[in-house]
Amino acid sequence: MGETIKLHYEVPGDDFTRAGEASSNVKKVLKQLGIPPQITRKVAISLYEGEINMVIHANGGHIDVEIADNVINLSLKDDGPGIPDISLAMKEGWSTAPDNVRSLGFGAGMGLPNMKKYTDEMRIESVVGKGTDIFMKVYIK
Amino acid sequence: MTVNDIKNILDAEIICCDDLEKEVHTACGSDMMSDVLAFVKDQSVLLTGLINPQVIRTAEMMDMVCIVFVRGKEPDESTAQLAKDHGIVLLKTTHRMFTACGLLYANGLRGSCDE
Repeated sequence: MGETIKLHYEVPGDDFTRAGEASSNVKKVLKQLGIPPQITRKVAISLYEGEINMVIHANGGHIDVEIADNVINLSLKDDGPGIPDISLAMKEGWSTAPDNVRSLGFGAGMGLPNMKKYTDEMRIESVVGKGTDIFMKVYIK
Repeated sequence: MTVNDIKNILDAEIICCDDLEKEVHTACGSDMMSDVLAFVKDQSVLLTGLINPQVIRTAEMMDMVCIVFVRGKEPDESTAQLAKDHGIVLLKTTHRMFTACGLLYANGLRGSCDE
């Protein structure tokens, strides 16, 4: 492939029905580039969980994806309320999602754990009242 | 098992896509999409009572081949179109979730959550 491919998406925060469009597009690009299906799926799931979180908790945000020869870097940034206790948020089953989100099938407290599970590296930087930045890496093996 | 086998076992109707010869190896029954996303297996079918677009998105991310809506539910046209765009077969059955899962299990299909 050689050259690093960069993708940028603005995620609207007010439309749950459109959540996932960015992840869907990234998945399509990875497929077109011939990235192995299991790698593509890991990236798609991690990104999708992050995108859903942005819509549920942070009124949207933006996503940057870099596809290099041996790694895919994912960056998700929002100006939402931030995460007061990251280790608690990483626990499977822990959720602060409201009931209306649960009725749509999310808020099971699996979002961040799933993102960690499907990526090779994950780092969260969050400041309460300012926002959350999540960085993830998936190596192309 | 094929999608067509699932259709027959569940006495289901096709909502969209006619590719009924696709092979299905595992199944997952859930209304919590993050639980579905936690378990990746190839060639899966999703059984759910939810009909919003995120169900289709979840199946898309997981490379699932078919979604069965239980209790006779049917998504709106735009949600069905999303499934068409990604070649995901949509079926609906009047069975409830427990019965639908039980029928498929009794016919040899196993859970995608099994390690």
